[in-house]
Amino acid sequence: MHPLTGWFRKPQEERFDPAPSRLKYRLQRWMLTPGIRFGLRFGVPFCLVFAAGSAYLADEARRGALVGLYLEARAAIQERPEFMVKVMAVDGAGTSVAQDIREVVPLEFPVSSFDLDLEQIRDVITGLDPVKTASVRIRPGGILQVDVEERQPALIWRSREGLALLDENGIHVAELGRRSLHPDLPLIAGKGAEAHAAEALRLFAAAKPLGPRLRGLVRIGERRWDVVLDREQRILLPVGNPVRALERVLAVSEVQDLLERDVTAVDMRLAGRPTVRMTENSVENWWRIRQLNGGGQ
Amino acid sequence: MTDLYQSQRAMRQMRRQAMQRGVVAILDVGSSKIACLVLRFDGTGRLSEDGSIGALAGQSGFRVIGAATTRSRGVQFGEINAMQETERAIRTAVQAAQKMAEVRVDHVIACFSGANPRSYGLDAKLDLEGQVVSEHEVAQVLASCEVPEYGAGREVLHAQPVNFALDNRSGLGDPRGQMGQTLAVDMHMLTVDAIAVQNLVRCIQRCDLELAGIASSAYASGFSALVEDEQELGAACIDMGGGSTSISVFMKKHMIYADAVRLGGDHITSDISMGLGIPMANAERIKTFNGGVHATGADDREIIDIGGDTGDWEHDRRTVSRAELIGIMRPRVEEILEEVRARLDAAGFEYLPSQQIVLTGGSSQIMGLDGLASRILGQQVRLGRPLRVHGLPQSATGPGFASAVGLCLFAAHPQDEWWDFEMPAGRHPAGTLGRAVRWFRDNW
Repeated sequence: MHPLTGWFRKPQEERFDPAPSRLKYRLQRWMLTPGIRFGLRFGVPFCLVFAAGSAYLADEARRGALVGLYLEARAAIQERPEFMVKVMAVDGAGTSVAQDIREVVPLEFPVSSFDLDLEQIRDVITGLDPVKTASVRIRPGGILQVDVEERQPALIWRSREGLALLDENGIHVAELGRRSLHPDLPLIAGKGAEAHAAEALRLFAAAKPLGPRLRGLVRIGERRWDVVLDREQRILLPVGNPVRALERVLAVSEVQDLLERDVTAVDMRLAGRPTVRMTENSVENWWRIRQLNGGGQ
Repeated sequence: MTDLYQSQRAMRQMRRQAMQRGVVAILDVGSSKIACLVLRFDGTGRLSEDGSIGALAGQSGFRVIGAATTRSRGVQFGEINAMQETERAIRTAVQAAQKMAEVRVDHVIACFSGANPRSYGLDAKLDLEGQVVSEHEVAQVLASCEVPEYGAGREVLHAQPVNFALDNRSGLGDPRGQMGQTLAVDMHMLTVDAIAVQNLVRCIQRCDLELAGIASSAYASGFSALVEDEQELGAACIDMGGGSTSISVFMKKHMIYADAVRLGGDHITSDISMGLGIPMANAERIKTFNGGVHATGADDREIIDIGGDTGDWEHDRRTVSRAELIGIMRPRVEEILEEVRARLDAAGFEYLPSQQIVLTGGSSQIMGLDGLASRILGQQVRLGRPLRVHGLPQSATGPGFASAVGLCLFAAHPQDEWWDFEMPAGRHPAGTLGRAVRWFRDNW
């Protein structure tokens, strides 16, 4: 008789053999090979993720959705009220300059501070003629703070185009309609005069004793200065060291009243031979006086 | 002889490759267990600052990173007699060791104890051409050794120059560069049955492993169980394994004699099994837990259950006293030791300056063995354990692992063998034409 349980029982288990089969042994050795291990640990996951990612991104709509999601999240953060700039404040500039600044920085507030390129704004503002330096920052409270230092006009330059204001470095500050708007500023003229504004200022400083007689400086031949006084007097200064020459003239004038006399021009161009040019009348007078005095000898 | 020279050189080359790769496996194919250690070499051992030899006798250049043992199958008397079974056992051990080491091993250095090792002492003398000994002349004197007729089916396992003599100065370790007229060498050669070696090589190749060296386990266990001064002054190491007991005699740090007795712990177990009528597994367990060789009065009262699983209550409840067990074990142990004594006497061990005998191997753990051995072998007997090496697990530090640990040292710092020297050109078997023909045959 067949044992009834035999049909249902699994066949008798063989005695446990710890020896691995040849295939298992080879597989284990294969898995212990460093290259294979590295490949399984990093290469396969990388490939899987890469393949899955590529498959997902192969669809244009999904890519668009991802980009949209990203942009949306970005905008949501950027447009938080903490990051919004609502107003621009300009400090240290006059009304017209402030007006100009607002013109050249066309911002429509409110704007997110992430969208502001402060460096670029600063460059634009510094590019304006009347602005010497500018600092731009975002103040807490959503205020775009622009601190401006204006150029101070130091000279008036008369050219063929008209009158212009220059600062102490000869940089153009503004056009000037009439001379009488800035009666206190000294006047220079001539081609190339603006490039030597600093020298001109030194000359004006040296010419202080002339007082209201001084009308201005003229650049002659783009190389030297003439000091123009009233009564059509001129002091012709040399190319080199004009300030010293001018001081010499003033010192002579102080002692001998040179400039008070009827002199058209004092020529200092040659330092060793200063020359005085008199008017026609006075020359004739001088001749007459010499004739009267000395009988023409 | 030349084929052997080439194959041993190839194994040396393989060992160099393994050192470069940094990982090599040690395989001790024994009759009762197969042990596999995986070694990692991280550079040569560092010497201490003053240039003397550092910790672990300078053997610290490697580290054991994997160790596994498995029950041996298909091995008897240290020789393979069922290749499939042995291959499976080797696979088991190698796989477990690799798993522990987490690295793949391709090169294996193996040792085995059987195959009737036989020692030969060779010597040769050479008149030097110049005044100074050159490496070429060392190779020449080694090659000119008179090789005895050791039989057709035998192969040389070790051939080590043991001693060099220059004129009347003997005991030179390295004669190169020294002045003299005649150079003499003493060489120790160990031959084994070629079939056993070939079987082992085949088995290892079937496990997809490359053989990077092969050694006699007598040599390996002597290398690890003898301490340095014993190796220097002269001592015998007796490795009592499962299927065979191997003997090696060391002198001046060189093995000068090796032999094996085809008796071991398995014979004790089978004696117990037959004497008490119990299975081998039970007999092994009883031998391990209760065995001994000295019976005392207390042993009559110590009753051991010997068990059984026949289902017969009377049969399964049999007991035996420990004295009876000792009565079975002792004659066999005595027989083994007397056989060893006979081999040592034949080798002239009593003429050595030091008569130290070190017992190691798994069977040396029988309780009271040192007392019995000192009656048979001589007064200077001690039980030896293998040297400590880096990373060796606690379970593998017992005397049963002496040959595995010795093989580690052998792998790290092999002693010079005959085939480490370039063979002088004149010894090649044929002229240029013959060499060309041989090269063609080897490569196509």
